[in-house]
Parts: sequence; C-alpha cells; structure tokens
Amino acid sequence: MAVRTVRSSIAPGRHFLSGADAIVEGAVTAGCGYFAGYPITPTTEVLERIAVRFPEVGARFMQMEDEIASVCSCVGASWAGKKAMTVTSGPGFTLMQEGIGHAVMTEAPLVVIDGQRAGPSTGQVTVGAGDVMQARWGMHGGIPTIALSPWSVQELFDVTIQAFNLAERYRTVVFVMAEAATMHLQEELEVPAEVELYERDKAPGQPPFGCDSPDGVPPMPSFGEGEKLLVTASTHDARGFRRTSDPGTERVLASRLHNKIMMHAPELVQVEAHLLDDADYAFIAYGFTARSALSAARTLRGEGVKVGLLRLRTLWPFPQEAVAALGCRVRGILVPEMNLGQMVHPVAAAATCPVVLHPQMDGTVIYPQPLVESMRRLAS
Amino acid sequence: MTGDWKRFLRPGVTLPFCPGCGHRILLRHLLTAVDELDLDIDGMLFVSGIGCGGWIPSPCINADTLHCLHGRAIPFAVGAKTANPALTTLVVSGDGDLADIGGNHLIHAARRNIDITVICANNMNYGMTGGQVCATTPVGAVTHTTPSGNIYRPFDLCALVRAAGARYAARYAVTQGPQLVSAIKKAIGIKGFTFVEAISPCPTQFGRQNRLDNVKDVYAYIESLIVPRQAAEASATIPGAVRLITGEFEDE
Repeated sequence: MAVRTVRSSIAPGRHFLSGADAIVEGAVTAGCGYFAGYPITPTTEVLERIAVRFPEVGARFMQMEDEIASVCSCVGASWAGKKAMTVTSGPGFTLMQEGIGHAVMTEAPLVVIDGQRAGPSTGQVTVGAGDVMQARWGMHGGIPTIALSPWSVQELFDVTIQAFNLAERYRTVVFVMAEAATMHLQEELEVPAEVELYERDKAPGQPPFGCDSPDGVPPMPSFGEGEKLLVTASTHDARGFRRTSDPGTERVLASRLHNKIMMHAPELVQVEAHLLDDADYAFIAYGFTARSALSAARTLRGEGVKVGLLRLRTLWPFPQEAVAALGCRVRGILVPEMNLGQMVHPVAAAATCPVVLHPQMDGTVIYPQPLVESMRRLAS
Repeated sequence: MTGDWKRFLRPGVTLPFCPGCGHRILLRHLLTAVDELDLDIDGMLFVSGIGCGGWIPSPCINADTLHCLHGRAIPFAVGAKTANPALTTLVVSGDGDLADIGGNHLIHAARRNIDITVICANNMNYGMTGGQVCATTPVGAVTHTTPSGNIYRPFDLCALVRAAGARYAARYAVTQGPQLVSAIKKAIGIKGFTFVEAISPCPTQFGRQNRLDNVKDVYAYIESLIVPRQAAEASATIPGAVRLITGEFEDE
C-alpha cells in the first residue's frame, strides 16, 4: 500500500476546537473528497461545518433526502474514486445499515462517523453509547467491521484520519463511534505538521474482488479508468460476475471478507493501559466514559485500592487478547457503559475473572463518583 | 456510429431474460442509442437496482456498471456523478425499483436536476419475485397480490418527474423502437435530470396472470393501451381508463 505524507489542513500546533470541528479537519486532512449526510442531532454541527469547509478545499458536499441516500451516494462516490464519509446518529445509523452492507460486500472504502445516542428508536438526542453492538452486528450477514472509539477532541481528529487510512488499507467500512459528549466538547488539541495517508492500490487488469490470499485485499480500480467494472453486492466472483447460486463462490467471498479483518486483528486492535502494572482491579471502558473511569481509578488509588483502566480505542475487532490477559491478572473487572450492557458481553466472554457491568442509560454522561462506589463494592 | 450495438455486450454473458421479455429489446435500443451518439463507453457508468430491470446493464453491458441495493440506484448514481462529473451516468432499472421502494430518490434527483439520465424499464409488476402489484400496475390487472384485480391507481411516472423538475421525460413502448432510441439519445444529450420510461412487456409474470397466454397477446395488450400524447390531449379523459400516453414531455 502506497503511503504519502501531507500537511495538516490547519496550522500545526495547539488549537482550541470542538469535537465536531476536529472531525471535519481530520476529514479534510485525510483527503476526503465526498461527503453526504442528513441533519440529525447531535451530529448536525459536522454537516453544517462541512457545508462551509468542503467547498473551500474543492471537495464535494451533498445534503441528501435521507440517511439511506446519504450512505448510498457515498458508496457511489467511493467507487468513482473519492474518499467518502458520512455522519449520523442512532436512528440514521440504523437506516444506513443496508448501505453499509453494500460497501462491505463491494469492498468500497467508507468512513461513517456515528455520534451515538441512547435509543432505542428516536430515544434521547443527547448522550449515549447505544450503537456499539450495532456497529458490529447491525448489518445482515454479520461480516466484521472496524470500529474506533475516540475519547477526546484530539482523538476525534486523529481517529478520523486513521479511519480513512484503515478504510483504504482494508477496503471496508470504518466506524468512528463518537458521542455528543466528545463531539460537543471544546478542548485543546495538538495538530501535527504532517500526517501519513494510505492511497488506494491500483493494478490495472487485475481482478478487483479476489486474490490468492484467503485474507487478502485486492487492488481497487475506479469508474472511468477503462476497467469495465462489474460491481455488485450480490455474491460475486473475483471479476464481479454474480454467482448467487454457487456455494463455493459465497464461501470464498464471505470467508475472505471475514478473514481480511479478523486475521489482521493484531495490527488493528489498539488499547491503552492506565495504572494497570500492579492493579488488583480494572475498569474496561471506551469513549467518553473512559475519562470518568480513569478519574475514578486515581481516586481509588488515593484510598489505597489498586485500580487501573484498560481503554478500548478499538471496539471492533474486539481486543480479545488484551482483555483475556487482563482477566488473568486482576481479581475483577468493572465495565461502565452509557447503555444497559453491550461491550460487557465480549468482555465477560474473554475474561476469566468476575466481570461486573455499571450501566447508565439516561442521556447523561457517567460521572467518576458512581464508578468509585461501584468499584469499592467490587473490591470489598 | 457503427450500426453494431452488440459490440457493447459483455463477452461471455448469456442474456438473462425470459422468452418474450421486453427488457432484451430495451437493451438493444439503449445500446443502439449509445452507438449512434458515438459515446466513449469507457466514459459511461451504468447504475442499476435490484430486479429484472437491474440486469439490463449488469452484467449485460461491457462498461463500468454498479449494481445497487433495491431502490437505491439513484443515490448511488448521484454520488458517483458528483464525485466524477466526467462520467456520463445512466440509471437503468425497473419500475418497482425506481417508483416504489426508490420513489423518494427519483423525485429528489429530479428536483435537484442532477445530470443523470434515468431509464425505467416498466413491466407493470414485480417480475423477479414472481409477479406482484407495484406502483405502475394498471387498475384491474391481476397479480399474485391483487388476485381480484388492482384497485390502486398507478403513477404516471413522466408526469411525476416533470412535476418534480425533470428537464425532459419521455414514454414509449419497446415496440416503438425508433422513437425510443431517439428519446434515449435526446435524454443523454440534455445536461440535467432526464427520464425515459420504456413500457416493457412481461409475458412470464404479468401476461400469464392476465390471461395473455401468448407472447404476442401481451404485446398486443400493451399496444392497445398506447395513446399518442397529441391524441390524448385532444380527447376527454375517461376516469379509470387504462392507457399509456406516449411521447415526449418537456419545456416548450
């Protein structure tokens, strides 16, 4: 995969930005050439900012008639050669699942920013982490995706760029599982002078949907390059011919789509260990909630309880090995979530120690103090 | 122009249509139009949805093709065209795909005057799933989901897209070859949203359920419904009458 270094879209150094603006500048820096979206709280700020920012840099912006049209037009733009992105929240994320499946099946690079809500349905428009399982299991077929979980304005910038790189590298959909708590946050971030970008592999004449390796990523041509592409989300062979009645073709395609993510989990998964070296107990947390968990861990250490935090920067593929290893080292794990228990399930399946959920689903963020109390109970 | 429309067929592909299907005739008219326009096929993109109509370009046409989700061909095409305006972008799909599940996208693309040409292969029912009622089924027609006859009025798709802002719309049956080829050429040549509705007989599903037992009976039935636009405008409208007003609909 070709890598190219580009300058950041805004001046290097310290900035004071909202999370929404950090996403937009991350997308501009990553070379996003097409954005389509539909207004939905709490992510409309991104749409509005892009409507101003993209024309300044020669990128295309469309406000479509709904979220279905938004994500589908992004897949069309991706096949036409542009890096594409959309942004939405819970109800829109649900509407987008079929289009996300098309991108996964045709291996079209796509970035989806999800400013999650609590849900279900229209639910609350404020704060939640209602979609972390939907990111993995929302589309029918159950093919693995990549989902990243930023916890700060800095990471909304960094992770958005990383999402474009991973989408190009693996020819798949990458989710940035944001939350209103971080998107509406204003805080400092450090903008690097330069970032590295992955560029789409080109190999004229080569099959665009198959390769020798069972976990490989084929090169990706675009429309207009004379390749006479057959792009379909129905079961297809390496050249794109539909073979919907052939068990062998489906087996080869589905398993490669699965393997190209799961067999590369070691290079995809990112976790962050805080105060874990001598910990007896641990939080496992993600997104904004991890900030409160870290604060709670520090408070508890002040009381003499050895608590640490394993922060999941990658939600999918799930950090199986890191969680399993931690589960062997500590006496108990507490999983705080802004839902009634989603990521706690793979954590409990991976860890051998007791795993306890701290759920909160009311449209507000989880503060550190209730986590201190929950962890005290677990440790007593 | 070479007169050889078959040069645009994808090598090795057996045409996937039933005996007597109008879609095969529409494919020929479409490729004849491309040939007569002397377009560079490598600069064209054919986008289609799910259903029999979606198979007209994919896999039959040897060009860039994008076979989409059911009903979503138009937004995929909008994205591709916006991302690369140099692509001459055509959507070729069925009536159920474009007018039922995808109806909202159809009117919004017309409203925005997106520079694409939409060709609707209208066979008046859902053919691929076995013949169910759709938004273009004539009143009274029998389908598997209207066993006593359809009670709902069909869309006049040309009037619909014109009301939504389409620069140009035309309707002809696939039996009206020269007019249909001419309309497709004109639609592709106009910058902005254009729409061509091709009435395409479906002997296997629509014909069989409506006692049109032979292929020629289905074609005779379609031809019996055709009323040229000028004649239609000169006569009084009979409420509930099943008729297909053919012609071009555009700004004077």
